Amino acid sequence: MSEPLLSVRDLSVHFGAGAAVDKVSFDLTAGETLALVGESGSGKSITALSLLGLQPPTASVTGQVHFDGTELVGAATATLRAIRGNQVGMIFQEPMSSLNPVHTIGKQIGEVLAVHQGLRRNAARARTLDLLDAVGIPDPQGRIDDYPHQLSGGQRQRAMIAMALANEPKLLIADEPTTALDVTVQAQVLDLLKSLQQAHGMALLFITHDLSIVRHIADRVCVMTKGEMVETGSTQTIFAAPAHHYTRQLLAAAPAGDPAPLPAQSANVVSTQDLKVWFPIRRGLLRRTVGHIRAVDGVDLGIRKGETLGVVGESGSGKSSLGYALLRLIPSTGRIVLLGNEVQSRSWNALRPLRKHMQIVFQDPFGSLSPRMSVGEIVGEGLKVHMPALSAQERDVKVAAALKEVGLEVATAARYPHEFSGGQRQRIAIARALVLEPNFLVLDEPTSALDVSIQSQIIDLLRDIQQRRQLSYLFISHDLRVVKALAHRLIVMRNGQVVEQGEAAAIFADPQQAYTRQLLAAAFDLAAPPNVTDDRLPPPHTSE
Amino acid sequence: MSGASEIIRPPRLSPLNQRRLANFRANRRGWWSFWIFLFFFVLTLGAEFVANDRPILVMYKGELLTPAFVDYPESKFGGFLGVTNFRHKVNIDEIEANGWMLWPPIRFNHNTVDSFIAFPGANPPSWLLTREQICQRYPEGVEDSFCVPGNYHWLGTDGGGRDVLARLIHGFRISILFGLVLTVLSSIIGVVAGAMQGYFGGWVDLIAQRLIEIWTSVPSLYLLLIISSVIAPNFWVLLGILLLFSWVSLVGIVRAEFLRARNFEYVNAARALGVSNRRIMWRHLLPNAMVATLTFMPFILSGSVATLTSLDFLGFGLPVTAPSLGRLLSEGKSSLDAPWLALTGFLTVAIMMTLLVFIGEAVRDAFDPRKTFR
Repeated sequence: MSEPLLSVRDLSVHFGAGAAVDKVSFDLTAGETLALVGESGSGKSITALSLLGLQPPTASVTGQVHFDGTELVGAATATLRAIRGNQVGMIFQEPMSSLNPVHTIGKQIGEVLAVHQGLRRNAARARTLDLLDAVGIPDPQGRIDDYPHQLSGGQRQRAMIAMALANEPKLLIADEPTTALDVTVQAQVLDLLKSLQQAHGMALLFITHDLSIVRHIADRVCVMTKGEMVETGSTQTIFAAPAHHYTRQLLAAAPAGDPAPLPAQSANVVSTQDLKVWFPIRRGLLRRTVGHIRAVDGVDLGIRKGETLGVVGESGSGKSSLGYALLRLIPSTGRIVLLGNEVQSRSWNALRPLRKHMQIVFQDPFGSLSPRMSVGEIVGEGLKVHMPALSAQERDVKVAAALKEVGLEVATAARYPHEFSGGQRQRIAIARALVLEPNFLVLDEPTSALDVSIQSQIIDLLRDIQQRRQLSYLFISHDLRVVKALAHRLIVMRNGQVVEQGEAAAIFADPQQAYTRQLLAAAFDLAAPPNVTDDRLPPPHTSE
Repeated sequence: MSGASEIIRPPRLSPLNQRRLANFRANRRGWWSFWIFLFFFVLTLGAEFVANDRPILVMYKGELLTPAFVDYPESKFGGFLGVTNFRHKVNIDEIEANGWMLWPPIRFNHNTVDSFIAFPGANPPSWLLTREQICQRYPEGVEDSFCVPGNYHWLGTDGGGRDVLARLIHGFRISILFGLVLTVLSSIIGVVAGAMQGYFGGWVDLIAQRLIEIWTSVPSLYLLLIISSVIAPNFWVLLGILLLFSWVSLVGIVRAEFLRARNFEYVNAARALGVSNRRIMWRHLLPNAMVATLTFMPFILSGSVATLTSLDFLGFGLPVTAPSLGRLLSEGKSSLDAPWLALTGFLTVAIMMTLLVFIGEAVRDAFDPRKTFR
């Protein structure tokens, strides 16, 4: 075994008295991929940042980090700066905020070359073009002068990779590089990283919470929880025979199970005919409408009592817009029928009585709860609107029952949302929807902001509630594994249109359309689609 | 002052308000400032009981009289004037002979001219003088029964022989009341206007913003000078004129908060629940805008007080007979040989504003749910 390129011994990071990272040790040799796995708050990102002295100024770092013969902990700023970006490249999670929006990508990559290699003007431009080509951005000549917002999410991440690779680093640190991307794009980026690593013989330190990615890309795995490294070993060993109970827990946490059994034939709770959400594109001085962005373009669907309709698709496919339009949170055309009532033609006030029957749970558990209202007020708000006759005590009783139903203690009613974790907040959001005893619930990516183990808890909760109350769900998600655990039927959306629909089991077993097959392959096998281009422009609206 | 309303509540506080109260108390500086300010405010609210040229209670021939509230003709005490001058020796002797009188600690009003002041012109504070000097103009000198601490000038007098402390107490009250009323009214108008613009957006916002731009470009100071030369300004006229321009100051931040927050997911969630627009604005958006509003309110309050003071200083403010800190300052400026005038005025205004800002900071902390104190 050769001398390790990076050797970390007893690395600890303290914020005040608490240890965010506690005596972590690992080695990484050239050409090897090491995955740091853990849930949010496990200290994996702060470990990577403190390797290069990028930890927040309030943190104190102890231990040893040997990189290629240099001790990095306590090294002079100049030494660290020479290594950062030059011998060690970094890629971050969110490609949009990691790139400067006011400079072209060519300029930003050129800057890296100028700082570390002294390349100027034409030489830098030629090298930048090479790099963009190497990371698989189509038509680099045409793209080099684009601004970050003109690129799609996958292209932005490719540009970030190009920037990280500009100086041919010996070590690449990738911090959740694919978390913000669609599944198909994620598969492409992973493939790219793998092939680049082989071509350059780089070491890759890959930080992720997603075990399926780890299995796909890593040679060795380090499992972290609460700042401690609980298990380390080769990928095969860890997946085949996990030694530590936390690792086993993590492996078992993937959403599993089957949708709740359907009741006997029943009528549609919700149905739509030719539902369209078109956003006008306005141009010129007089803001004339010159065209439309067809976010949802003629969707027919029907959901029966107790049934879950899964809506899957990549970002920008219009699946969230569909959910919002059903509740008339955004304007749309076409027919919407809820429990035999026309929804579309009603005035805002006439619609209010119907709102009791249809509710929504949003994606972001941090944004969907008013930070200035107590949990009790949040959950009880709908009752004030729809059952104004209730006394304060009766309302409290109903709120308490709803909190209990989602597995929270009644005492939480007096507390504020910021005191809760993401999973608990999502439970509060579900309680807010349930307290009105609706018939139909729109679930807009309710699990995608949560850790895997929490995800499966929420899925179990949703399934329980559905069975008990015979609720109908419209379940919107980009995560097919979650959808598989909950949906009876499925519609696959692309560019606002339904590509394929049918029984979920049938679609998962035997997808008819090429697009569906791509999506399934990317999600379950992390296989990139055969045509490696994601030159689709970013969606012009951000309804998600 | 929302901080005040948080605290002057019945003991049955909801958990939320208990938390806010605890946060408010945790800011020690603001908490102390609040009590100091409240002390001064309550004290000056009862200015008639603290500094008055009439007794609070009089017992005269078996009858209990309240001269602080009721004007008694002098004929009641055997004189002939329309209104009794209780500081006149004849009246005092008459009442003392037939009963007793209870004086406030300071026996001067803000307009009372002391006929027994030690020196002509502005008199220095009494603690700089000997008792002989203070009493030298009384008929019986040091022996005079009238030369008591209640008739001393603890902070001296102005050039017209009026007691500075009495003017200060009455001037403080009118400044704070003026500032409070102006702040509350302009905040209500400003928040409502900003909320409407931010929430509804579009044409409402566009037109209202342009109108406000035109309105704010009117030079308010000159307008004020013109108006005050046409109609004699009193408390309410001055308040109305200042209100015309001061409501604009909050519109911007409230509008920005509403614009930002109206598409938040929890606002969407409330729409999905069927909550009405008015209620969404009140329950979900206003608390958001409240922190920004409360951050501004102490500044508006101290700004209002400063505006009134400066108008009085320039001579365009309240009528001459009204007590005012501004006029005290301007007299201090014109009579530099009596530094106690300017010093008193300056220290009062400075301490008052400092207390207001400290309280404002504590109130802001109290309403911030993310703020934690150890």
